[in-house]
Amino acid sequence: MDLQTLWFAAVALLWTGFLLLEGFDFGVAALLPVLGRRTAERHLMLRTIGPLWDGNEVWLITAVGAVFAAFPGWYATWLPALYLPFVLVLFGLIVRAVAFEWRHSHSTEAWDTTWTRVVTGGSLVAAAGIGAALGATTLGLPIGEGGIRVGGALSGLGWPALLGAVAVLAFSVVHGAVFLSLKTDGPLRVAARRFALRWAPVAALPMLAWAGLVHLRSGTPVTGALWLVAALAVLVAWARLRVGREGQGFAAWGAMLAAAAATVFGAAYPVVVPSTVDPAFDVTIADASVSDYTLTVMTWAAGVGLPVVLGYQAWTYWVFRKRLTAEAQHVGAHP
Amino acid sequence: MDVLDLDVLDIARWQFGITTVYHFLMVPLTIGLGLLVAVMQTMWVRTGSPEWLRMTRFWGRVYLINFVLGVATGLVQEFQFGLAWSEYSRFVGDVFGSLLALEALLAFFLESTFLGLWIFGWGRIPKKLHLAALWAAVVGSIVSAYFIIAANSWMQHPVGVEVDDATGRPVQVDFLAVLTNNTALAAFSHAVVAALMVAGALLVGIGLWHLRRRELAGRPEDVDHGVWRRSVRLGGWVSLAAFVLVALTGDWQGKLMYAQQPLKMSSAEALCETEAPAPFSVFAWSKLGSNECDDVHSITVPGLVSFLAHGDFSSAVPGVNQLQEEYAAVYGETYPDDPSRFGALAGEEVDYTPLLAVSYWSFRLMIGMGAVSAGVAAYVLWATRKGRVPTSRIGVYGSLLAVAAPFVANATGWVFTEMGRQPFVVYPNPDVPVDEQTWFFTAQAVSPGVTAAEVWTSLSLLTLVYGALAVVELWLITRFVRRGVTTGDGAPTPGHTPEGTPESRDEDDDDVLSFAY
Repeated sequence: MDLQTLWFAAVALLWTGFLLLEGFDFGVAALLPVLGRRTAERHLMLRTIGPLWDGNEVWLITAVGAVFAAFPGWYATWLPALYLPFVLVLFGLIVRAVAFEWRHSHSTEAWDTTWTRVVTGGSLVAAAGIGAALGATTLGLPIGEGGIRVGGALSGLGWPALLGAVAVLAFSVVHGAVFLSLKTDGPLRVAARRFALRWAPVAALPMLAWAGLVHLRSGTPVTGALWLVAALAVLVAWARLRVGREGQGFAAWGAMLAAAAATVFGAAYPVVVPSTVDPAFDVTIADASVSDYTLTVMTWAAGVGLPVVLGYQAWTYWVFRKRLTAEAQHVGAHP
Repeated sequence: MDVLDLDVLDIARWQFGITTVYHFLMVPLTIGLGLLVAVMQTMWVRTGSPEWLRMTRFWGRVYLINFVLGVATGLVQEFQFGLAWSEYSRFVGDVFGSLLALEALLAFFLESTFLGLWIFGWGRIPKKLHLAALWAAVVGSIVSAYFIIAANSWMQHPVGVEVDDATGRPVQVDFLAVLTNNTALAAFSHAVVAALMVAGALLVGIGLWHLRRRELAGRPEDVDHGVWRRSVRLGGWVSLAAFVLVALTGDWQGKLMYAQQPLKMSSAEALCETEAPAPFSVFAWSKLGSNECDDVHSITVPGLVSFLAHGDFSSAVPGVNQLQEEYAAVYGETYPDDPSRFGALAGEEVDYTPLLAVSYWSFRLMIGMGAVSAGVAAYVLWATRKGRVPTSRIGVYGSLLAVAAPFVANATGWVFTEMGRQPFVVYPNPDVPVDEQTWFFTAQAVSPGVTAAEVWTSLSLLTLVYGALAVVELWLITRFVRRGVTTGDGAPTPGHTPEGTPESRDEDDDDVLSFAY
């Protein structure tokens, strides 16, 4: 495997890791008004993702950083073409981050409610925006000569962006529900599991549609098989959740995302930005890549650094592995 | 179309300036205060003294309120190179992107993961492991500073590359040279000690305010008294020591700058003609709106600039007028006549002199505010000697106000170094042959397909959000800081034991790091 292909795979892996991890904290945040009607439940839900969301978000920074580092031509074509959606993503991520932190800096009910709503709103905007960007970069952007967008500010927002947005949102919401059923105990665990059981089959459809479309456009037998794995994983996830095996359900639902993402990136390869204007303007990994020297340097750095990162991140997940219940909250800390 | 292009360039520059200066209000506090909180917690683990524990918790909380805003605004930085500066990103991609990616991989993961462990680990993981988590996060932020400054320094002084004939872009050939760029080493050390000045000033200003308030209210010299006193003394000594190091590293950086970007330094001195010995300008005034060096008049100290540039009081230092001619001869009188790449500036004359007023005054504000900060630290150390508590209103509120000084010094330092680099976004390296074009004009760096309306939208949105966040952040920090280490009325914290174990203090709402979700 040449280095460009290796780094294409690394970028795909980083995006998959990001969706798997941040997906559940996006989902928990989105479900706050649905499953967290009472304050105690909302606080319990937020406690499940409290120690984890910031580390999860670094996967996004690393994914974007890796796109810039390995494929500056991709980075410099993709971001300006979707200028406004990316700005909205940033807006969502900014307000969400400060809301997580500032929520408990002042102890009135209204303050808490307001920032909790900001957590939900910011997460929805960010998840949808990232889904739109990923949908567009795998299904097509109006790219002309020199990687420059054709048309106005909104010309990049066609149906591929919409499909991507819905797919990532729907996946995240169910992912969050399964995560809650895995991480909590008591009534919330039951409610979250019931929610996941009801919505998982529907929520998987846009993701499977997206992966299926990229496969039909430029897939291989391998990506076809991966798509089948993704579809099968939905059934397994549903069946395991039904018998109360939340851990296995979580793994299977995650496997669905991983298989779908592998289908999408595998079928898109070696194109990183397909042009809806003319296939001649497609940006491929060869067009977009940095030199072999720089790729080699980064391969060494990532080869040493990534296992260490994965090691200590896994370890913190292990430290915070216990199920949480409403009773374990600090007495009298907040109303 | 031409006018629109110019607009995009100008708006994008304002956007970069606003978002970056704002982001850099949080960064030095994160780096400096993180280091000091780690030292406080280390002292607590070693001595078991309740003062150190309370200091760790109080300053740790300030550190966290600030940290999250730094993370949130830092996100914008990584995206805006692509959003607004896509041609820049294409040009520098072979070097610049990998430094950003390495920053994320080697620093951000460390920072965020271990800070999460530190926040939620109080009382859950062993004491020493908990301390190690904070140190890991602090090391992460310092490593992050190193990579980002290495990336910035490559724009100031591109090294370790050759130009590819086919694409006309620099290609990395020596990664180690990029990492050990002398510009990066100088700027990194300068930025880290400047960050300590920010943290030191904060400890001094807030600690002194509390000391005076408690003194006037006749409160006893209890643990809380010890907390504020120790904070003031620690902050004062850190500020003074950091100022000495800031001066030394600044001098190193200045000497490099005279060799690498002489126009930046001569502009800072409003030194029009080459002079030997060259004088230092103490105060200057100019015809309003003019960027002509000859319109500037100065009061000067003879020979000082020769010393700053070369270490003696007699060497010649090149003036702005000579340098402008030299640069025009080497890098072109005019921008290439190519509107698709240079927009409205295509074919126009190139002004190689950065904005004189900005260079001159930002340089002086940086040094002046640093000196104010050191002066305040020296005064406070003297005023609090041998257990004294100053009660003079001017002294105490002056020190509180002086918390802003090192922030201003940091911000103006960056304004100076970035605006002093214009009209280049990647400055020419004087040691690289001219036909190896590693330099890049700012005018050709902006995203060609993006409309002015889009950049206006993001600039307005981000500025509004940042403004609102600044109000909330200041309100939160002020409110938290006013309350101090104890609950509301100043009574000792309930459940406090001399050992001050975290578990025994969990009920204390204001002082809890293991947040109740």
